[in-house]
Order: sequence, then C-alpha cells, then structure tokens
Amino acid sequence: MSSTLWIGTRKGLFALRADGARRRWKLSGPQFLGHIIHHVLQDPRAPRVVLMAAKTGHLGPTVYRSHDRGRSWREAAAPPAFRPVSTGEEARAVQRVFWLTPGHASEPGSWYAGSSPAGLFRSSDGGEHWQPVAGFNDHPMRPKWAALGTPDGEFLHSILVDPRDPRHLYIAISIGGVFESTDAGGDWAPLNEGCAADFLPDPNVPFGHDPHCVVLHPAHPERLYQQNHCGIYRLEGPGRRWQRIGRAMPKTVGDIGFPIVLHPTDPDTAWVMPMDGTSVWPRTSIGGKPAVYRTRDAGSSWRRMDRGLPRSQAWFTVLRQAMCADTHERPGVYFGTTAGEVWASLNGGERWRCLARHLPEIYSVSHAT
Amino acid sequence: MSCTVRIASPLRSYADGAAQLRAHGDTLAEVLAHLEQRCPGIRFRMIDEHERIRPHMRLFVNNNEARELSAAVRDGDTVHVICALSGG
Repeated sequence: MSSTLWIGTRKGLFALRADGARRRWKLSGPQFLGHIIHHVLQDPRAPRVVLMAAKTGHLGPTVYRSHDRGRSWREAAAPPAFRPVSTGEEARAVQRVFWLTPGHASEPGSWYAGSSPAGLFRSSDGGEHWQPVAGFNDHPMRPKWAALGTPDGEFLHSILVDPRDPRHLYIAISIGGVFESTDAGGDWAPLNEGCAADFLPDPNVPFGHDPHCVVLHPAHPERLYQQNHCGIYRLEGPGRRWQRIGRAMPKTVGDIGFPIVLHPTDPDTAWVMPMDGTSVWPRTSIGGKPAVYRTRDAGSSWRRMDRGLPRSQAWFTVLRQAMCADTHERPGVYFGTTAGEVWASLNGGERWRCLARHLPEIYSVSHAT
Repeated sequence: MSCTVRIASPLRSYADGAAQLRAHGDTLAEVLAHLEQRCPGIRFRMIDEHERIRPHMRLFVNNNEARELSAAVRDGDTVHVICALSGG
C-alpha cells in the first residue's frame, strides 16, 4: 500500500509520498503557494478524489477538488456560503472553510464542511456545489450555542458521521460544545454533560464548551473521544456523560492539547499531543520537550512517547487537524508542527523521525493511500 | 456601458492571467456579474454571500473607492480591484 501525507500549511499545499515500506519519503510541492490550506482529505469511498479547504489572505474561502490524487485541482462551482438573509437578520459570511468530512459510505459524493463563523454545509456532488445545513445554521438555539467565539470567530469542526446510520451526526464548535443530530442534521442537541468549561462564569452549563477535537472509532462507533480545552474525555454511548480520562495523565503534563488520533482498528488505542495550557496559555510543547502520549486501554493509563523527538528547546504546537494515523497493519502515526516540521512513527509512537523541516506553519496532516 | 477592469494578481488565475479585461455594466454589481460570466468563481472570492466587499478587497471606480456594489460605472471608466493585506 502506498502512502501519501497531505500537508496543509499557512502558505500552501505539500505532499510527502512514501514507498510501500514507508521508509523513504519524498516531499513535493508547494501547490497553491501562498494559499491558506486548512484541511485536505482523501475520499475513502473514491480514493482518487481529494478535497481541500482553502483561502488566501485577500480572497474569500473556497473548496478545491481533485479527481486524480492531487495532480490537478478544480474549484467548487458553489463554495460553502450562508443563505441570503432578510432585513434585520444577522448576515454571517463564511470567513474560512475549516473542516471537511466525507459523508456516509452509502452516500457516494456526499461531504460535509464546517466553517468559521460556525456553519455546517453539505455537498451531494463530490464538493462541486455546497448547501447550508439549515437544521443547524438556522437552528433557533444556534446564536446561543455559538455565542462565545473568539475574535477570529468560532470554528465548526469534528463533523462525525455514524458508520451505522448516515442520519446520525456529531459536530463540535470551538467555542460552543459538541452537538448531536439523529435526523441527518434537521435538529441538534448539546452533548456536553461531564465536560469542564472552567473558563466560563458558570462551568456547569449545557453548552459553551471548547472541544478541540472529537473522534469516533468506526469499529466502536458508540464511543467518542474528545480532546477539549479543559481535558481529555471519553463518552460511552448510549450514555450521555463524558468521563475525563485525561485525569490519568501525569500531573506535570496535564491533559490539554488540540488533536486526538485513534488507532485504525483498535478502539482502545489513542494518541494525544499535550501542550502547555497554564497561565497565559503558551500552547507550546510542555517545557520545550515535545512528547506524544498513548493510551492502549481507552484512557485508563497513558504512556509518554518521545524517543527521537527533540530533547529540549522545541516550542512548537500541533494543531487539531495536524495529527493522523495511517491504515497499515502496523499503523504509522504522523504530526505536523506550527514550526513546519513533519514527524512520523511507524511503531505506534515508540520512536519518531522527522520527515520534513522548514515548511510553513502546518495546519493539517492527513494520510491517503 | 463598457469599462476596463484592472485585476489584482491574486485573482488573475480566474482571468487566464490577464491583468485587465473589458466588462459591461451601469453599476459595479453589473460589471462584476459580467466579469463572473467570463471568469467563473472570481466574484465570490471578492464579494461575500451577502453582497459585501470582503475585508481585504478594495474596489475603485477610477480614483474613487466604492463601498457599495450600487456604485455607478460610466462608459470608459476603469474599475480597479485592489487587494489590501498586512503582516506576513
């Protein structure tokens, strides 16, 4: 199986391609030099198809599509955009397409996109035309759910489709919380019980939380993991209460970070990349000593994995889309840093090596076959 | 009315690399609609879904900045599409 890592950066798109053994990697690019690439994903239902969420410093947000594994790209005819509004209504405009998710396996060509400010969009034709999902974007509670966004706007991300049911969806909003729909996005309900929101005046609120990344395992879809601004959590459905599995992390490290990545076949194994969430929130590797932490028991315990990573004075951040695993039998784990480095481990995090340096700030890393 | 549209470099990929094009219209909105017909996709990169000029775009008719798409365009005018960005 060949491997490609799509590297979305603040200044363009790069690719790392490997031989079957994943020992030799070749960097190519940039494509779209100067474009801001928030997310790049292969379509698992049609592996030649890749979608990319992009904008530039000047120009509005859009989506590009490739039908030849990234050799050529074509812009969406109708990129994600909110519906026209009546006089007096709030006129939100998509500032960035932040997140992409392929739709259900039974719905070829379907995709979801999340934006900032928080909006949910769907395409039924492979990303050529996008329509707003009115059930969320016009939900009477949406202005309250997404009321506390940062000056950059709140971000809608972690769009999850239940592999058992295409009508069962999850989304996450930073800041806003996790929300669930069981009717294909027609209606939504908060799903935040048990999550801390210690930055709010009342931390015991039904929404207003800050999920950084939420993931679902295809082999165990009733279980969700979440890396939140306030810790690492797991939810075992049909229960609706999150458990803070980050409590098992070393106290000196804490359980703050952006990404959380699951093993492709083992729902009990996950990797996180802790960052410094103390005082003024530096959001760098803790103490300048980056480390990945892995659990193999669904969060009951965590193990530090830093062999091969810098031992000191490495102050990067790994953003929420910038860490992934591949689908090999012995899965590779990869992350990209805000310092423009791409790191890989082919043995579950036991040992890391740097695949690329000196790239622009990395926003997303995804694996393609 | 026929006018010249001068296109900033970030948008020239939509115009086959052209730095300027001829377009028609009595208002900026009509000129941009005509431009969109010739260069599909270019308008949404400049104008958002609520007909607002995007924050880092500036549109001038001759030497006058146009803040609204209703701005009048006369025969022989030049519409300048300018990109405004700071920082790295």
